[in-house]
Amino acid sequence: MGKIISAFIAGLIFGLGLIISGMSNPAKVLNFLDLAGTFDPSLLFVMGGAILVVFTGYKLVLKRNTPIFDNAFHIPTRKDIDKNLIIGSAIFGLGWGIGGFCPGPSLTSILLGSEGIIYFFPSLIVGLIITKLI
Amino acid sequence: MTEFTPFASFIGGALIGLSAVLLMLFQGSIAGVSGILGRLLPPWAEARGLDWRAAFIFGIIISPILVKLITGQNIEQVVSDSKIVMISAGLLVGYGTGLGSGCTSGHGVCGISRLSMRSILATLTFMISGFLTVYIIRHLIEGAF
Repeated sequence: MGKIISAFIAGLIFGLGLIISGMSNPAKVLNFLDLAGTFDPSLLFVMGGAILVVFTGYKLVLKRNTPIFDNAFHIPTRKDIDKNLIIGSAIFGLGWGIGGFCPGPSLTSILLGSEGIIYFFPSLIVGLIITKLI
Repeated sequence: MTEFTPFASFIGGALIGLSAVLLMLFQGSIAGVSGILGRLLPPWAEARGLDWRAAFIFGIIISPILVKLITGQNIEQVVSDSKIVMISAGLLVGYGTGLGSGCTSGHGVCGISRLSMRSILATLTFMISGFLTVYIIRHLIEGAF
């Protein structure tokens, strides 16, 4: 039960962070990506704040032998730079630049009820399922 | 134009970071949204861990309610209402993050913080791709009309 409740609270804090930071607004994301136009550097501060906390926090947490609700840490171990990593990330950047949504902010947008999220979110799900099938 | 908000953005970013640290402390997992969402979708490799992943995603989805309760204000958002634009964007983001094993949170925040070379390269790639896409759409295509 604690495992589920703690994950739910982490999700709430994550969403809160996305909204407060402005990252949940596609207009702000697209302006961040518009270096030659209406550039808004706010997103660098989102990344900076997040990385600062995670860099420090992971160091502290990973001193433990195990996480609280599991018997081992599940840290990605792959080191190889493969084609899928680069091509997938390039395709993601293309979609990000078209719609201004990455996966997290699309979740905080569902209840805000814009017309665009009604098209975006189901398509995101379809795209994720396709990669699992291939 | 959108207003430059260094302070709010830094605080919001720190909260995203706090959430990622909590998920590592409690679940022992990376807070990558595309990965967590992807694991919830069929075909399922294993049933284990679906419960907490669903709870994490559910928490993100209902967080706007919490923000409205705290601030009493509407959440500002400008989203394209073009069907073709948003469907293509969704498909590309889903397929791309699935293929590239991560998105802004998994690679951009958690991976960079672990100094993972894969995540650093992935983040550089999707950032450059995003910059180029917006440049082409706003300055070459829209600018031509």
